Amino acid sequence: MELFTNQVLAGIATGAIYACMALAVVMIYQAIDHLNFAQGEMAMFSTFISWQLMQWGVPYWVAFVLTLAFAFAGGIAIERILFKPLAKAPILTNVAGFIALFAIINSSAGLIWDFTIKQYPTPFGSSPFLGSQLISTHQAGMIGVTLLLLVALYFFFQYTRIGLAMRAAASLPESARLVGINTSWMIALGWGMASAIGAIAGMLIAPVVFLEPNMMVGVLLYGFAAAVLGGLSSPFGAVVGGFLMGIFENLVGTYIPGVGNELKLPIALALIISVLVVKPAGLFGRHIVKRV
Amino acid sequence: MSAAEEVVAEGHETVEAVPKRAMTLGTTTSLVVVAALLIAPVFVKNFIIFQMTMLLMYGLAVLALNILTGGSGQFSLGQSAFYAVGAYTTAVLMEYFNVNYALTLPIAGVVCFGFGFLFGQPALRLSGVYLALATFALATAMPQLLKLNFLEHWTGGVQGLVVTKPDAPFGLPMSQDMWLYYFTLAVTLAIYVFSVNLLRSRSGRAFMAIRDNEIAASSMGVNVALYKTLAFGVSAGITGIAGALGAIAVQFVAPDSFTINLAISLFLGMVVGGVGWLPGSFVGAAFIIFVPNIAEGISKGLSGAVFGVLLFLVIYLVPHGARQLAILGQQLSGKLRKT
Repeated sequence: MELFTNQVLAGIATGAIYACMALAVVMIYQAIDHLNFAQGEMAMFSTFISWQLMQWGVPYWVAFVLTLAFAFAGGIAIERILFKPLAKAPILTNVAGFIALFAIINSSAGLIWDFTIKQYPTPFGSSPFLGSQLISTHQAGMIGVTLLLLVALYFFFQYTRIGLAMRAAASLPESARLVGINTSWMIALGWGMASAIGAIAGMLIAPVVFLEPNMMVGVLLYGFAAAVLGGLSSPFGAVVGGFLMGIFENLVGTYIPGVGNELKLPIALALIISVLVVKPAGLFGRHIVKRV
Repeated sequence: MSAAEEVVAEGHETVEAVPKRAMTLGTTTSLVVVAALLIAPVFVKNFIIFQMTMLLMYGLAVLALNILTGGSGQFSLGQSAFYAVGAYTTAVLMEYFNVNYALTLPIAGVVCFGFGFLFGQPALRLSGVYLALATFALATAMPQLLKLNFLEHWTGGVQGLVVTKPDAPFGLPMSQDMWLYYFTLAVTLAIYVFSVNLLRSRSGRAFMAIRDNEIAASSMGVNVALYKTLAFGVSAGITGIAGALGAIAVQFVAPDSFTINLAISLFLGMVVGGVGWLPGSFVGAAFIIFVPNIAEGISKGLSGAVFGVLLFLVIYLVPHGARQLAILGQQLSGKLRKT
């Protein structure tokens, strides 16, 4: 039993990473209706920017805020320059665009900062949290920040005018335009916010997985999976999905014999798919009804 | 807002509705292309012949994805898994059972058809991103499954298997590469004709009805479950044959050649060629074979970025892929004829 609780705790700790990324995934899905494959790379690039700032002697929190601003502006710029012209193109063409963006960012980061692994500081320290060996203060801090973000997003979408406008633009663009909402800019705003949330995720994840151009590839997959599991339309679901994903992954690794590190992902994905077969819109997602 | 009120606007399908006539080339054009493919190897070096063989093989794999996505509207990131199964089937049959290489192709096709058909069953309830995730899981699992210990006796584990390249039969005066090219060309043509006819048949119409509107299709009496899994099966079968040809041409199979990157390349090939336009599959295949090399040639350190930029250029210029160029060409020649 103790092994079980320990593994669940450790799972929650890794789950916080996935939850953070899943939030960013849901954010962009709400704004543009598809999954952005380059999301992880955008987060990685922002994290590198913050690292570079710190190398130049900027204190952590200043670098943090500057990076958020950079990520927000960068997300908007990418939407305006690269994806707005593709707004009328088929969805699959847009997906190809994401893959292209992925290649561009990954390759440029590799050229600018090379592929060696770098240490990344944490603002929370890395001593054991409340005497537990399984969760460090950094991981506890990460869980805290994720929950805080979730609450902030909830208030943003429920109680601000612009949050309401974004929801309207996402659910019924045509009608939203008729009541005077600039839906095109709402999409750009969604990109900016997703990029900023991704940057937060990146900066929190970097101390755990270390900083390098490929750091987000694995994390993004888990983030996608978590978001899909929780239901792509629900930020709350994404966070729950992230934690579940971490726990799944750890328990699979512990209790199923012969599962190496490499089979963990496929098995976790298989579990998610079995959940989806029962609940096709994810655990907390809304069912979408189609008109024939 | 309650769930029932949320209605997705019409005309917002994931995959465009391509009418079946628009899916193929005209007779004259087809004959010219086939003639060019037949004559070309005589004039070029062995290495280029080899690359043309690879092009046909990847073209087949992209074609298979095109039938699934462009035909029946289902999305798959798991094509690399079917490709791997086909390649390994051929490699194992040739090396352990001494089966003739030509005979392994139909076997690989049937094995993959069965595999795809079975995989299609649980995938039935999923669509869009959910289906993408499920197929993605299959693609990430496949290299790991091939490395499993109890399969190692057959698959050779991480090391993979070496396959012998066949000689030209009946003492024909041809290099191995050239013979393999003609062999691949024959198989490709056969499958292409099969695919075109499939999409024009009752089953093809059922695929397209499902693609355009699943609910409407089922109320018209189309057995949605059967045809969706059938599309998966056919697509997997053709991909498997492509994989089998790949194993023979490359003379080597190893788990790490069949990662998710292969599936992503095939997807890009489909988009560049034009979703739902079968001849475009070969244009897309040319893109995924040659453009990474060109990118590497332009800049070694930034090859990924150059590839990304080139891809962006292509999708800006022709968001509907090579199909758009073909339509443009048709309109132009139509105008010329009138004047």
